[in-house]
Amino acid sequence: MTAGATLGLIINPVAGMGGSVGLKGTDGEDVLREAWRRGAQPAAEKRARAAVTRLTESVTPLRVLTGSGESGEDVVRAAGLDVEVVHRAAPGPTTSADTRAAADVMAARSVDLLLFVGGDGTARDILAVVGDGVPVLGVPAGVKMHSAVFGTSPRNAGHLAALFLAGSPAARLREAEVMDLDEAAFRGDRLSARLHGYARSPYERHLSQNAKAGSGVGSEASLQVAARQVAAGMRPGCLYILGPGTTTRRVADALGLPSTLLGVDAVMDGRVVGADLDEQALLEVMRGRETWIVVGVLGGQGSLFGRGNQQISAEVIRRAGRERIIVLSSLEKLIALRTAALHVDTGDAEVDAMLAGYIRIETGPDRSTLYKVEA
Amino acid sequence: MSIEPKEYQAPVWHEPVIHQMGAPGRRGVLFSRVEDEIEAGVGPAADLIPEAVRRRDRPALPELSEPEALYHYLRLSQQTLGMMGISLFGTCTMKYNPSVNEAISWRPEITEVHPLQHDDTLQGTLEIVYGMDLILRELSGMDQFVFQAGGGAEAAYVNCAVTRGYHAARGELEQRNEIITTIQTHPSSAATAATAGFKVITLMLDENGYPSLDALKAAVSNRTAALMVNNPDDMGVYNPEIKEWVRIVHEAGGLAFHDSANFNGIIGKLRPREIGFDACMFMLHKTFGAPKSGVGGPAVGAYGCSAELAPFLPSPLVAFDGHRYRLDYDRPQSIGKIREFWGNVPVVVKAYAWSRSVGAEGMGQVSDLSVLANNYMEKGLLAIRGVTRSHPDATSPRLEMTRYSLQTLKEETGVDIHDVQNRMTDFGIDAPWTSHEPWLLPEPITPEAGEMWGKEALDNWIAVLKKVSDEAYSDPELVKTAPHNQAVHRLKPGVIDDPDTRAMTWRAYQRKTAHQSARRRASPGEVPGQPGE
Repeated sequence: MTAGATLGLIINPVAGMGGSVGLKGTDGEDVLREAWRRGAQPAAEKRARAAVTRLTESVTPLRVLTGSGESGEDVVRAAGLDVEVVHRAAPGPTTSADTRAAADVMAARSVDLLLFVGGDGTARDILAVVGDGVPVLGVPAGVKMHSAVFGTSPRNAGHLAALFLAGSPAARLREAEVMDLDEAAFRGDRLSARLHGYARSPYERHLSQNAKAGSGVGSEASLQVAARQVAAGMRPGCLYILGPGTTTRRVADALGLPSTLLGVDAVMDGRVVGADLDEQALLEVMRGRETWIVVGVLGGQGSLFGRGNQQISAEVIRRAGRERIIVLSSLEKLIALRTAALHVDTGDAEVDAMLAGYIRIETGPDRSTLYKVEA
Repeated sequence: MSIEPKEYQAPVWHEPVIHQMGAPGRRGVLFSRVEDEIEAGVGPAADLIPEAVRRRDRPALPELSEPEALYHYLRLSQQTLGMMGISLFGTCTMKYNPSVNEAISWRPEITEVHPLQHDDTLQGTLEIVYGMDLILRELSGMDQFVFQAGGGAEAAYVNCAVTRGYHAARGELEQRNEIITTIQTHPSSAATAATAGFKVITLMLDENGYPSLDALKAAVSNRTAALMVNNPDDMGVYNPEIKEWVRIVHEAGGLAFHDSANFNGIIGKLRPREIGFDACMFMLHKTFGAPKSGVGGPAVGAYGCSAELAPFLPSPLVAFDGHRYRLDYDRPQSIGKIREFWGNVPVVVKAYAWSRSVGAEGMGQVSDLSVLANNYMEKGLLAIRGVTRSHPDATSPRLEMTRYSLQTLKEETGVDIHDVQNRMTDFGIDAPWTSHEPWLLPEPITPEAGEMWGKEALDNWIAVLKKVSDEAYSDPELVKTAPHNQAVHRLKPGVIDDPDTRAMTWRAYQRKTAHQSARRRASPGEVPGQPGE
């Protein structure tokens, strides 16, 4: 343990409340009021306590920057840790503005890790302020958790935070998607998830031996080569649609082309044909051209189409054809998914059915696996 | 179970690195001066070394007396961390290697022969190799074995090379460039396939603990060169649909290779050839009772195949015409050499001696006892708090080993699998095996009982894991700071991961520590790790 590690802790005390009473989320004051009215109980504090308890079992001394009262201070004091309150919420329910204000101070103070207790909404608020400035890890407590920044359980998140703060080589940083659904649409039974960006988030490398030196070629390096192979294998005169995310960005990098991290680009014969395209623009550039779709796996729940890359619509997929979809992902990422199958939700049952079944995923140089796709 | 595990205490010698011992000029043996008469005859001793290869400076070697050197290495040997406790190292099939077999293989008839002698002077050695071939044919149903590969991974590579030869002979090699394997097949299958130039498709597991037939069907095509699979796999799971797997691969025009690394669970019960496999591989240093010698030690991966593939095997093969044994090099379709000569003969001799002493009936008992012992252990281990089994609801049988997870223990106590491994060594248990990477199951642990340990040893192993679980729930710090009774404590993370501090030689250590001190002076805030701890 390096002396004086500093942790930022943000608890969204109302996270998850909407879910228990069928509200599919807790974003915004009206929804929160409705959740209270329906008798929802705050659960975030309990989850925060589980994570912090686990953390303190391994890491001492530890300095914690946090918000007043239920947004962190209470839990940290109860755990007997050194606490500094860096943000005081106005009386009344905590808001998204409180999360952002606290995160802002923590980023300015360069905390070693920002641990938050919440869901996708909280993750998004924090990302908006800290970007990739400080490492971020989520204690799962929300209704929606499509982002890849969460530990598998509160205690595991605490454990991972402890490993990371202790400088363990088993805890490494990766780029983790921050995704969020549009809650209003979700409550209307229409799903619309967006990829908001990437946080730097620790994950636990599972190794046969603790701190084993040079354990294999990194998953990242393997993916890099796989991306180069995809780029090298591109056929002349064919259009390649590159989905959002850092995985597909590697393909653009391999081609020496600029790319839109959170958007969809199209390339052909080593040139960018269109950047940050929407569905209509994609259909336009596809016209009369054999088209291939290159996508990564998005989020912690393993979405292939329909979450974060809606621009690649059912119609786009239909016209390209299933056999012209190239999926790229590291094996490590696939194994870490909270599900055994990849999910598609294009809004078109016929296309979803066409995508269902086993699909090939390129995981490294001349390495691939097959994963089940479910609607 | 009433066993109370007893703690073990390893000797701790605090031995310095040998370069830090001794004194300038100290010698183990003092040679007498060369007599003038001799020097006059042959010249100075140093001149006997050709100028071009002569050292300019004396080597910076440690200078010690003979007893100092002897005691130093004796002490280090007492501080080795294992192979003297109960060793149930999963996927490795640890066995005791009878001393008599060791003695046989050290006889001059083995140690004093050379592979380039004339066949006529090697008849006895060739007879043993040929005899081992016949035993393995009987066990596998294959038509020919070759012992050239120096280990299991090399035998897997033989398979890839034979696969290449077979498809090339049919003019299909360019088209058939994919090899299919599974995530719980030993990683050397995927690695050797890639080395041989194939694209590798790795199938993941279904809820049943093995990949689904649908996944295989989605993977095969006219590009399929071969399937390479362990069965039972590295979790002890036996895929009951394996016959259908082989049929599907054959139908697509591919070959099927059975990596028989885990043959201990089925020896004497199943022949890979009868399931339909075209080839298989046995590790004589595992299943057949020769020493494992550490990974990469003298070992043998015996590779066997059908008559159809035999022409492609590496050369030479040991042949017998009913009167005389000979090395057959006249094999025009052979893939050539995988390794020099015709195998690690002492290892073949030990495996042959083991096989002959166990006998055909005994071979059947080996798998009976291994599977029985594993199932006995499973009962005991699953009763321990915090221990669960992989795919708990799967009905597929576990044979000679079972993959467990300590995830529950970790979630409830913070104690992880590495802490448990370390603490178990305090009780004279060799650190158990976790899992090959990637870990599909969190906090994995894979004991393999084998046929040779008695019930007492298995009970002791179970009792130790139970004890460590109890400690994890009552005093987690005790487990997290283990080992307490070993010759060394756990390594500090970081130092051996960092190329700036990792040193493989004394010279590199000196260079890197000097570099670090310089850096420390340059930036006082930074404190690098201390190598050598």
